[in-house]
Amino acid sequence: MSTAAATHDEHHDHGPAKGLMRWITTTNHKDIGSLYLLFALLMFFIGGAMAMVIRAELFQPGMQLVQPEFFNSMTTVHALVMIFGAVMPAFTGLANWLIPMMIGAPDMALPRLNNFSFWILPFAFTMLLLTFFMDGGAPAGGWTLYPPLVLQLGEAFPFMIFAIHLMGISSIMGSINVIVTILNMRAPGMTLMKMPLFVWTWLITAYLLIATMPVLAGAVTMLLTDKFAGTSFFSAAGGGDPVMFQHIFWFFGHPEVYILILPAFGVVSAIVPTFARKPLFGYSSMVYATASIAFLSFIVWAHHMFTVGMPVVGELFFMYATMMIAVPTGVKVFNWVSTMWKGSMTFETPMLFAIGFIFMFTIGGFSGLMLAIAPADFQYHDTYFVVAHFHYVLVTGAIYSIMAATYYWLPKWTGNMYNETLGKWHFWISTISVNVLFFPQHFLGLAGMPRRIPDYSVQFADWNMVSSIGGFVFGASQLLFAFIVFKTIRGGEKASSQVWEGAKGLEWTLSSPPPYHSFTQAPEVK
Amino acid sequence: MADSRHKANLISLARISVVVVAMFGFGYLLVPLYNVFCEITGLNGKTGRVDEQAVAARYHVDKDRFVTVQFVVNANQGMPWDVRPAQREVKVHPGEIYATTFTARNPTARDMVGQAVPSVAPNVASRYFNKTECFCFTQQTLAAGEQKAMPLHFVVDPKLPKNVRTLTLAYTFFDVSEGAKAVN
Ligand code: HEM
Ligand SMILES: [Cu+2]
Repeated sequence: MSTAAATHDEHHDHGPAKGLMRWITTTNHKDIGSLYLLFALLMFFIGGAMAMVIRAELFQPGMQLVQPEFFNSMTTVHALVMIFGAVMPAFTGLANWLIPMMIGAPDMALPRLNNFSFWILPFAFTMLLLTFFMDGGAPAGGWTLYPPLVLQLGEAFPFMIFAIHLMGISSIMGSINVIVTILNMRAPGMTLMKMPLFVWTWLITAYLLIATMPVLAGAVTMLLTDKFAGTSFFSAAGGGDPVMFQHIFWFFGHPEVYILILPAFGVVSAIVPTFARKPLFGYSSMVYATASIAFLSFIVWAHHMFTVGMPVVGELFFMYATMMIAVPTGVKVFNWVSTMWKGSMTFETPMLFAIGFIFMFTIGGFSGLMLAIAPADFQYHDTYFVVAHFHYVLVTGAIYSIMAATYYWLPKWTGNMYNETLGKWHFWISTISVNVLFFPQHFLGLAGMPRRIPDYSVQFADWNMVSSIGGFVFGASQLLFAFIVFKTIRGGEKASSQVWEGAKGLEWTLSSPPPYHSFTQAPEVK
Repeated sequence: MADSRHKANLISLARISVVVVAMFGFGYLLVPLYNVFCEITGLNGKTGRVDEQAVAARYHVDKDRFVTVQFVVNANQGMPWDVRPAQREVKVHPGEIYATTFTARNPTARDMVGQAVPSVAPNVASRYFNKTECFCFTQQTLAAGEQKAMPLHFVVDPKLPKNVRTLTLAYTFFDVSEGAKAVN
């Protein structure tokens, strides 16, 4: 077994090629992981800039800065960029960097596919962002692409559809690579139930992606043929049904929100034990909880459509099924809290972000439960309450876990320690401002302020101003994050291979930074 | 050793690719599944179509029972036609064929093609509402300024649940002039 070296790429064994071509032709999991993460960071700032425009316009009632059509493009493209450009590539970047090191493999299983799946992304997003310069403007009908509204988009329409196709192809290829790597490349002795939870959650996420991304691709292809080829999948005049699009979209869309959160569960399950200096409480229940969440996520989609006119039986089914998801999710939160119970805890930046995640993700889970109550959802649907809900689960959930992961593994990746004082400042400014930003949106929603609007009645003015101020501070504090990351890449106090006193797992047995090919000799797993 | 692993990776790649293609197909399969589901449950208010000759053989007229059928017709947003039913409502015996008309007028200065899409409320009743002749079976062409009376022949299935006393048939007219041109 010891000869299972990385013989696929003999001439690369002595380290990376030089110059720009290294990054374009690379098949190395660390290079590609870095590319993904940097791309995600760039998209995070592009999507963030759009969010700043949204909050600036909503700072006061009345039309202040932008045209309403442009405002609608801002909300739509902000969502597409953040979901497909920031969160998903960031998780794929983490998967690339970490999975081979965690399971004791030299690299990902399909390196060329890996290169390809990353390099599709810049093209997809260039195409999406160029639609701002087209006749009729950028997509403005909402990221959920509901017909018939979405069909009114001008020249940008086919470009938006092709961009979504490319993003889908990229994430499908990325998932195939993750699955094959995990199934075939584990070091001897690394049984499935010994894998770190980050690997487990990614394995399940990859299956979700394989199962749902093609369905999204089908749905947007139907939109395309409805517009250009005379089909009428969603056109009532031709015998189709626009509500059917919502069913197909959310058959993808709900599993998608779990695609955005399961890897986060894996990250938090790695960080909490390290800084509590105790093994993770209830490892196998974590695995089963993740699997049940993934299964349940396929049978709850119509909770996004309670108001379309479903029969009562349907409303009840989707209401109870949705609430059932709270059970395995609760198991997870319980396990993280139990891991911390009586641990010797310290609060370095990754741990702060992980604890922030547990707290605030749970707030998002609770508002989700309120939305799951079908009769109550008639009041909440399409209001700022929904906006508050998904930002608690996505910003203080998914994004917080990505930041926690960055602080946690950055010393391993670069060999340099980040600046702990700056990291703590980043955490506290972000956490205070993000709550100033999103918590008042619950009140706005309950008071009836609709989402996706550039103007509002005056009774909503105060909380919108508060929310915007929180938004500007949160946006600015992310510049600090970028500063810390680039400063650490360029230098800093040298990190040991262990980095964190309490850290367990194969990646910590490699040097910091690790060798270009991770485990050329398969490690021994006890 | 590395070679055999490489082979195993490619086999896994092929297997998963099959799943990807299958799921793409599944997305399209959802379309007929959705329609069948709506038909079975009557969701969406989709109505049925029967043959005039078959009605006498299939249905026994229930002279003891009256059902009120209301008619509503709307032109979709952006569709300029003026459309209305000749009667607002009729009382019918289940099992018997009735005839009524709707009128449509094209107030514009161009020839247009329209398509009516029906829907029945309450949902549970839609399965029991059948048409033998309807202007919604085909596209309707109206020349500039033309007005036309359009027929509807329908029959209510005597198996209609006893608690349904009133049902509403609603039509929406869509402008399909452009699609019609494309087909020509
Ligand atoms: C206990 C867990 C959860 C429950 C019960 C829940 C429930 C719901 C419900 C019922 C809605 C629809 C509200 C409406 O439109 O009226 C919704 C919307 C949404 N949820 Fe959740 N949710 C949960 C967790 C999550 C997680 C983990 C994520 C993502 C990481 C998420 C992301 C979203 C998003 C993005 C929307 C809005 C989609 C849109 O209309 O644009 N949710 N949630
Ligand atoms: Cu959902």
